[in-house]
Amino acid sequence: MLEILSYKFMQNAITASIIGGASCGIVGVFVIMMRIPFVGVAMSHSAFAGAIFGLVFGTNPLVMAILFCLGSAILIGPISDRSELDPNISIGIIFSIVLGLAFLGMGMIKGPKTEALNFIWGNILMISKNDIILMVIMGIVLLGFLFLFFKEIQSVLFHREIARAVGIPERIVFYSFLILSGMIITLNLNTIGGILIFSLIINPASAAYQITYKLKFIFLLSAIFGVASCLIGLVFSYFFNAPSGAVIIIVSSLIFGVALIFSPKRRVKTNETQSNTS
Amino acid sequence: MSSIIEINNTTVSYRENIAVSNISLTIDEGQFLAIIGPNGAGKTTLLTIINGLGKILSGSARILGIKLTNRTANQIRKEIGYVPQMCSIDPRSPISVKEVVMIGRFGKIGLFRHLNSNDKEIVETAMEVTGIKNLAERPIGHLSGGEQQKVAIARALAQEPRILLLDEPTANLDPKAQREIIDIIERIYKERNLTIVFVTHILSHLPNICTEAILMKQGKIFYKGKIEDALQEDRLSSLYGCPMKYA
Ligand SMILES: Nc1ncnc2c1ncn2[C@@H]1O[C@H](COP(=O)(O)OP(=O)(O)OP(=O)(O)O)[C@@H](O)[C@H]1O
Ligand SMILES: [Mg+2]
Repeated sequence: MLEILSYKFMQNAITASIIGGASCGIVGVFVIMMRIPFVGVAMSHSAFAGAIFGLVFGTNPLVMAILFCLGSAILIGPISDRSELDPNISIGIIFSIVLGLAFLGMGMIKGPKTEALNFIWGNILMISKNDIILMVIMGIVLLGFLFLFFKEIQSVLFHREIARAVGIPERIVFYSFLILSGMIITLNLNTIGGILIFSLIINPASAAYQITYKLKFIFLLSAIFGVASCLIGLVFSYFFNAPSGAVIIIVSSLIFGVALIFSPKRRVKTNETQSNTS
Repeated sequence: MSSIIEINNTTVSYRENIAVSNISLTIDEGQFLAIIGPNGAGKTTLLTIINGLGKILSGSARILGIKLTNRTANQIRKEIGYVPQMCSIDPRSPISVKEVVMIGRFGKIGLFRHLNSNDKEIVETAMEVTGIKNLAERPIGHLSGGEQQKVAIARALAQEPRILLLDEPTANLDPKAQREIIDIIERIYKERNLTIVFVTHILSHLPNICTEAILMKQGKIFYKGKIEDALQEDRLSSLYGCPMKYA
């Protein structure tokens, strides 16, 4: 049974699961705390539109996907700040623009669109060495951002206005996060695809949020849940020949369900009322 | 005594609405100034001029001797403690009271630095002064309005600010909590020699140490002077547009 580990594609898939799961888990904490759940969907469709235009102009689809994502990520923050709209609305505006562009591009392609469609569906078993190198680099950048700026991140996640009022460069932190999450999402699209990445971002972070009030542990647990979802999903999809993305999502949803049922946050409440009444 | 806040002919608008127009004001270092006026007078907006959160349409401001610009605002804010009016905090925030107080320190020490033992001491003292030490480990969202107000003051104190801006810190509090907050503010003012700007429209909430006041109405300064003169019956009545008596 262990001989599957000797296959190159399996080794790649396992590495991708660990790095991708952890980085999506970490990005998810930002997404949950900033309450911008649909940022993942907007980014994945930006990547899709980018890949389509890569095919149209005969350039590398991945490079174009990354450029489109960067563009979207750079625009979301300033659009919402300038227009005084909720970031979710500016995410919606970006989403509709890239969707329009994607359809425009699709009309211009003559041949097959498989390479672009991979950004929507993804397949962890087909991941390449180059993809992994990029994922590792971005993973390290993300961790660096988290460790170097943890106190600023904590302040901004608590309250953007208060962070600004005490002299923290709140906008830079917020915009950097949007750009980083855009990059992470694009690079993970090959693994689980654009539609399903939504849950890999939301579920592990939401599960971690059930368990503790400490932001540090939320980040740590969310990363662990992300890795676990990917690895368990990978094993199941290999042995039962099921689509990897779908299995990963089901596992991450199950983790969330278990965390919700056993959330100690609920237990604390009943303890408190007991000690108050006694 | 030198002036620590100088606002010259400044206008602030929220998009197309002018909130305060052509305001000029100087505040001396160490002063305790009350800002009084009806809803919508521009009191909160005036505070946001001082800490650079407001968008200045025309005019200029010098705070702590530094000209306020986009470039300098961040530096200036580190020296200004700001307790905003009714700041809504998500009850589910995964952050403890102590960590919120630390945020005041985070801005001050700047990027790439950790809190050292001196910073931690300052945080502890801020919690002690405001009487929230017993709440230190509780999640901030689980506190009552009055307790959160104390945390906001502690956070501002952790900055060791030279200017403290308090925006209706006693609104929505029960009489005991109001008294506690006012006592805390009075003690802070006496112990640390800082400049305090205190916004309120509840005149009985003015601490006794407050000596100067400005009255604001419709985005303009209506009166500036000694508090006894400001609080005269006919002046207040015309400020609020209804008969008023300062009890
Ligand atoms: N975010 C905003 N967008 C548009 N207009 C605003 C905004 N905030 C304040 N205003 C307007 O600016 C004016 C001044 O508001 P400000 O909040 O400074 O009043 P205030 O004196 O603090 O009132 P209150 O006692 O109710 O707190 C008001 O007319 C208000 O309608
Ligand atoms: Mg106000």
